[in-house]
Amino acid sequence: MVLNPSLTAESSDDTAQLAEHNIIVTTLEKVWNWGRARSFWPLSYGCNCCPIEMMTAGGARFDIARYGYEVFRAAPRQADLLIIAGPITLKMAPVVKRVYEQMPAPKWVLAMGNCATSGGPFRDGYSVLPGADSLFKVDVFVPGCPPRPESLFHGLLELKKKVEQGNY
Amino acid sequence: MINTDQYTLNIGPQHPSTHGGLHVEALMDGEIVVDAIVHLGYVHRSVEKIAESRTYTQFIPYASRLDYLATHLPTLGYVQAVEKLTGAEVPERTEYIRIIMGELSRIASHMLFVGSLAIDLAATTGLIYCLRDRERIMDMFEMSSGQRLLAAYMRIGGVSYDLPDEFFPAVQSFIDDIPKMLEEYNGLITGNEIMQARCRGVGILTAETALAYGVTGPNLRASGVAYDLRKADSYGFYDRFDFDLPIGERGDAMDRLIVRLREIEQSGHIIRQALQQMPAGEVQGKVPKVLKPEKGKEVYHRIESSKGELGFYLLSDGSEKPARLHVRAPSFVNLMVLPIISRGGKLQDIITNIATLDPVLGESDR
Amino acid sequence: MDNVTKDKAFDDLRTIMGDRLEISGDSFFSYIKVGPADILPLMQSLREQIGMNYLANLTAVDYTEEFEVVYHLYAIPDNGLKLVVKTRVPRDEAVLPSISAIYPTADWQEREAFDLMGIRFSGHPNLVRVLLPDDFQGHPLRKDFKKEG
Repeated sequence: MVLNPSLTAESSDDTAQLAEHNIIVTTLEKVWNWGRARSFWPLSYGCNCCPIEMMTAGGARFDIARYGYEVFRAAPRQADLLIIAGPITLKMAPVVKRVYEQMPAPKWVLAMGNCATSGGPFRDGYSVLPGADSLFKVDVFVPGCPPRPESLFHGLLELKKKVEQGNY
Repeated sequence: MINTDQYTLNIGPQHPSTHGGLHVEALMDGEIVVDAIVHLGYVHRSVEKIAESRTYTQFIPYASRLDYLATHLPTLGYVQAVEKLTGAEVPERTEYIRIIMGELSRIASHMLFVGSLAIDLAATTGLIYCLRDRERIMDMFEMSSGQRLLAAYMRIGGVSYDLPDEFFPAVQSFIDDIPKMLEEYNGLITGNEIMQARCRGVGILTAETALAYGVTGPNLRASGVAYDLRKADSYGFYDRFDFDLPIGERGDAMDRLIVRLREIEQSGHIIRQALQQMPAGEVQGKVPKVLKPEKGKEVYHRIESSKGELGFYLLSDGSEKPARLHVRAPSFVNLMVLPIISRGGKLQDIITNIATLDPVLGESDR
Repeated sequence: MDNVTKDKAFDDLRTIMGDRLEISGDSFFSYIKVGPADILPLMQSLREQIGMNYLANLTAVDYTEEFEVVYHLYAIPDNGLKLVVKTRVPRDEAVLPSISAIYPTADWQEREAFDLMGIRFSGHPNLVRVLLPDDFQGHPLRKDFKKEG
């Protein structure tokens, strides 16, 4: 098994021969990205209706654990994925920013739902920010109001692809 | 003697509880809570202002996002308020459908209450059981309206679609399974020794305090006051059904849990009777396409939501958009007693008290 | 039974408050209109003499020249009376006495009316914003509120 044949040194015959003896040649960066992508630790953060679908995704029927993402951490210092589920209001904005800054790198942000993507149905109100990307860089947007747990999984798998390839 | 200082501990607004953005500033003397100041507004989405630039029908999805755990109840309250304002008539079949969906929402909300109380007290398994059973209700909502969680199923003068054929066996099997589900919850959560130790005698809310602060719903009934709007100020066809009101004795956290579990059972009885009595017929009454109620007319309509009295105050200025819409949110008023029942208790009891008062931040902040 | 209770209650109120009240009614509620200076004595007598022990809702409406504050009152257990008390204050002097000492449930509801509509309630123990950030400028539910940006 060769992880990425086009990027190996020398000829692919050598690496294929090594692989037959269960020796895999790769870079540390690729191994770490492989591990990071398969074990996001999301932060328990949510305001509103979207976290209910996030909780349901963690429940028995949809089971986020089969992807490895069930370890919801309460403290930002231990989490690496911030799922912004729900609208960011004026009062909440400094709190989310602070929580994001407390998370150690590498960290990723997934905007779940229409409110986190663009302000959603409350965009013309006076107290909702027009999307999470007005505060920080968002990696994946998952539309929906609320997105079904399957949509959330699709978003998480897109993020997994992104992280595996090192695009962050 | 060692001198101690009081210190302030911030709980939230980001904390591993499912209640959204609630911030409690607890003034502590060691482990004892001296005072707890509640800060709201982290989920304030300016719904009341948005209502002034939406027509009456366009506001229905916003109503369902108020109390998102039991979506059909706030939409029911809102469409009934508009029907009072405009004098629209509702067909008989619709009233029964609305009651069935409303009671299913109440059961869904109470199930999530039990699950989130369990997980807040670190009994994670409880949440998994409750979510599993709640999925059956989500399936029924999806069958009828196409949406799992935030169904804008009610319309002014009716409901959007009639119930499909596959709905009836699903709801029948669900209400037949309610006693089994309750037995599981009682065995796993209510009867659990740790749960008993953490909830018995904790956060006692007396009837006088509850009445003075306008607490309604299961919290008031757990304190011993038998007041339920479905009986006291009946709306829809609730006066045609026979059901009991579970009442608590001590007003502590355990009573608030037990009252809600018994209400799940009673809601099952109501749904059973509604299914038996429901006639065939139309589901949408005759309502003009553009609703323009009389200028200066105002109405206040209240329903028994799963959290308490949910009221809608509507004022019309003769146009198709309301001049003022105010939502009397039970969670906003119920949270007023959180400092009172937490004072003198321990830090861990603040979490129990928040969980058993069952606030929904979407509704309390609007 | 309903009419007897209502008429007796209104007779009692008129005896206490004199002709500073304006009472009307429709199929849902009985409306009592009163001036801002008479809110406290009216609420006192409603609670103590008439027995309306439950203030369900306190809200404010912007009528351009004036603000109207609306109170919905009931009794627990139910006594058949459903009252709406209304009072108006001029826009540039939007001050009302607070009834939070009589009905503690008015505490946060008055804070919300202050926060979103800008009506001051004198005698309120803690009149600060409840839903918006403390540094927010303006009162959004007023009809002339303009959103920046």
